[in-house]
Amino acid sequence: MTLEVLSGNRAQSEAVRLARVQVVAAYPITPQTTIVEAIADHVAQGRLAAEFVRVESEHSALQVCVSAAALGARTYTATSSQGLLLMHELLHWASGARAPVVMGVVNRAVAPPWSAGADHTDSLAQRDTGWIQFYAETNQEVLDTVLEAYRLSEDRAVRLPAMVCEDAFYLSHTVEPVEVPTAEAVDAFLPARVGRGILVPGVPSRLGSFTGPEDYVRFRREEAAAMARVVPTLRVVEEEFCRSFGRTLGGPVVPYRLEGATTALVTIGTASTTARGVVDELRRQGRAIGLLKIRLLRPFPEAEVRAALEGVDRIGVLDRAWTFGPTGAVAAEVRGALYGAPRRPLVTSFLAGIGGRDVTPGLVRRAVERLDVGSADDGPVWMDLEPLPEEVVRG
Amino acid sequence: MAKLTLPPEEWVRSGHSACPGCAPALALRFLLKGLGPRTIVSIPACCWTVIATPYPTTALGVAMLDTPIESTGASISGLRAAADALGLSDLNVVGVAGDGGTADIGLQSLSGMLERRTNAIYLMYDNEAYMNTGVQRSGATPWHAWTTTTPVGPRARGKAEPKKDIMGIVLAHRPVYAATVNPSFPEDFLAKVEKARDLVGPRFFQAITPCPPGWRYDSSETVEVGSLATETGLFPLYEVEEGRLRITRRYGRLKPVREYLQKQGRFGHLTDPEIDAIQSRVTARWEELLRSERTSAEGRAQPPATDQAPTAAR
Ligand SMILES: Cc1ncc(C[n+]2csc(CCOP(=O)(O)OP(=O)(O)O)c2C)c(N)n1
Repeated sequence: MTLEVLSGNRAQSEAVRLARVQVVAAYPITPQTTIVEAIADHVAQGRLAAEFVRVESEHSALQVCVSAAALGARTYTATSSQGLLLMHELLHWASGARAPVVMGVVNRAVAPPWSAGADHTDSLAQRDTGWIQFYAETNQEVLDTVLEAYRLSEDRAVRLPAMVCEDAFYLSHTVEPVEVPTAEAVDAFLPARVGRGILVPGVPSRLGSFTGPEDYVRFRREEAAAMARVVPTLRVVEEEFCRSFGRTLGGPVVPYRLEGATTALVTIGTASTTARGVVDELRRQGRAIGLLKIRLLRPFPEAEVRAALEGVDRIGVLDRAWTFGPTGAVAAEVRGALYGAPRRPLVTSFLAGIGGRDVTPGLVRRAVERLDVGSADDGPVWMDLEPLPEEVVRG
Repeated sequence: MAKLTLPPEEWVRSGHSACPGCAPALALRFLLKGLGPRTIVSIPACCWTVIATPYPTTALGVAMLDTPIESTGASISGLRAAADALGLSDLNVVGVAGDGGTADIGLQSLSGMLERRTNAIYLMYDNEAYMNTGVQRSGATPWHAWTTTTPVGPRARGKAEPKKDIMGIVLAHRPVYAATVNPSFPEDFLAKVEKARDLVGPRFFQAITPCPPGWRYDSSETVEVGSLATETGLFPLYEVEEGRLRITRRYGRLKPVREYLQKQGRFGHLTDPEIDAIQSRVTARWEELLRSERTSAEGRAQPPATDQAPTAAR
C-alpha cells in the first residue's frame, strides 16, 4: 500500500486500473474528463490491459459497456450531468440486462442555465433506473467504493450496475492523501470476472427478449429481489474489504454522534464533512445533535436509516439538488422511511449547495436553528438564498 | 437434380414469427448461412425483435443480444471489445438492424462504429419504412411511396423527399467492405457474406427486403418483387472493396421500373409523369454506377480521403 495525493477523479482511474477493467468506453464532459484521460494513459503505458473504446456519445459509451458485459467482460464508464441524462434509456437496459457495469458519476448541475458546479440533480434523476448508487464523501471513499462496487455488482446474488458518485470539483478536482492498495491485495479481494457472461458464443441464447405480461413482471420482480440483496451482500463485501485492506467503508449509512441525539442532520456527499464539523461544535456547546451520512442511496437503506434515527425528534435533510417534488429527493426518501416509525420525528427539507454553492458551516448552523422552530414537517427551505425574516418565523 | 449452391445449415429456425413473405427473415437467414455458428448478433428494436420469437424461445441458432433501436453500432463495438478482451477472436460480431434503426435514429452509432474501425459486420435490412410500428415513413422510404405517415390525398403524394443514400454515407467512412445484397439473389448474397467474413474491419451490407404488408403486395410475390428491384436498376447489386466498386449483377437492358412499381400498393397512386420521373432518375443512376465502376478500376472511386492514413481495422 502507498499513500498518494490524489484527486477524486484520479482515485476513480486508479481504482479502474487496480480492478483490471477489461472494457472502458467514455465520452468527455467536464468535470469527468480527467478520469478517462488517466485511464487512456494507463492503457497507453501498458499499466492496464483494457480495450478502450472511444465512442461518439455517452449513449454509445454505456451501450458498449452493456454489450461487453453481456459477453462477460468487466466494464467501466464515467460521465457527468448532461452525459448521464443522455444515457437514460441505456441505464434501464444495463440494469434490465443485469449488466454489472460500474460507472463513475461526477455530480454536476444540469442545464439550462449552463453550470459546471456540484449538484446531485443528474444522478438523483436516475435513481429509479435499477442502478445501485453510492455517494462518496472523500477521495479515499471514491477509490474504495469503486473496488467495492465491482465486487457487489458482479456478485451472483446482485448482478446490477452501480454508480459511484462524487461531487464535482469538491472531490473531482481536489486532492487529498489516499491509501492506494497494492495490485496483489486488490487481485485477492476482486478476482477477474471470467466466464460469467449471459450470452455464450456458439450457443443459441438471447438477452433482452420480447415478453408478454406474464414474464415481464417476473423479470422486474427478480430485479427487485436482487436489489433487496444489495445491503446484506454489501455487509459481506465490506467485511472482506476490511480484512483485505485494513480500512472500513462504513456500510450503507454512517451514523455520527447519534447516541442520545434529539436532533439529526442527514447528508449525502461532501456536505457530510461540513455537517460533521458543525455537529462537533454544537455538541461542545451541549446540544444533543448527530449526523447520518447516507452512502448508499439506491437501494435506499430504509431499515438502517430508521434504526439510526430512532429517538431523534427533529431531522434536517440537506439536498444538493431541487427535483421538483414536495421536498428535496433525499428528504423524501428519509420521510418515507420514517413514516411508519413508532415515533415519527419532524423532517425538514433543506436545499443547500445547489449548482456548486458552498455548503458552509454557517449555512449548516442556520439550518439547525431553523430546525428548532416549527411544529410540523417543513421545507423545502432554499438555504443558498438569504432566508427572509418572515420565512424564519413561519411554521 | 439441381446442385445445392447454399450451405444447408439453417441458423434461422422454423417456428420464427415473421409474416408470410418476410424478406428481412430471409436476409438474416442468408447472412447466418454464410457466417455459421461462431456468430453473435446484436439486434435493436425492429421487426426482428418479434421475428426471433418471445421469451423464453429463440428462432436463432446463435447468440442474440437485444438493444435499444439506436444502439447497434455501439453494441457491436462493445461486443468486439469484449470478444478481444476475452480472447474470443474467432467470433463473428454482427449487427442487424432495420433502415430506421440504421439510417435515421441509429446513424450516429453506425458512424461511430465505422469511424472507430470496429471489426464487425453490420447488415441493414431495408424494408424502406418503420414496419414494426406499422409502416411509418423512414429516411429510407422512397420518393412518393405511401406510408401511414406519408398518406396520399389531394394535398399529398406520399413521401415528398427522395430516399436517403445510406451507401453513400457508409462509403464516406471508407469501410473495409460494403455491398448491396438482395435475398432474391441468394448466391450473390452468400458470395458477398463469405468474402466479408474473412476480412478484418468494419463491413456493411444494405439488403433490400420487401415487406408484403408494408409495400402492399401479395406475400407470395416477395422473391419476384425483390428481383424486380434489382432487374429494374432501382436496387443494383454491387460491392466496394478497398475503394474498388464492382457491379455483381450486370444487365444489358434494365426492365422498366413500372413493372416493379405497379406490383405494389404503396405506389398505386403514381401517375405516368411520376413514373417517368422515377424511370429517368433510375436510368441516370445506373449510368452513374457504371461510370463509378470504370473510374474505381482506375483507383478513383471516391473523392480523396481527408486523412490519408491507412484505414486499418481495429
Ligand atoms: C427510442 C425509441 N423510439 C421508438 C421506438 C419504437 N420503434 C420500435 S421498432 C420501430 C421501427 C423500426 O424501424 P426499422 O428500423 O426500419 O425496422 P423495421 O421495423 O422496419 O423492421 C420503432 C420506431 C423505440 N423502440 N425506441
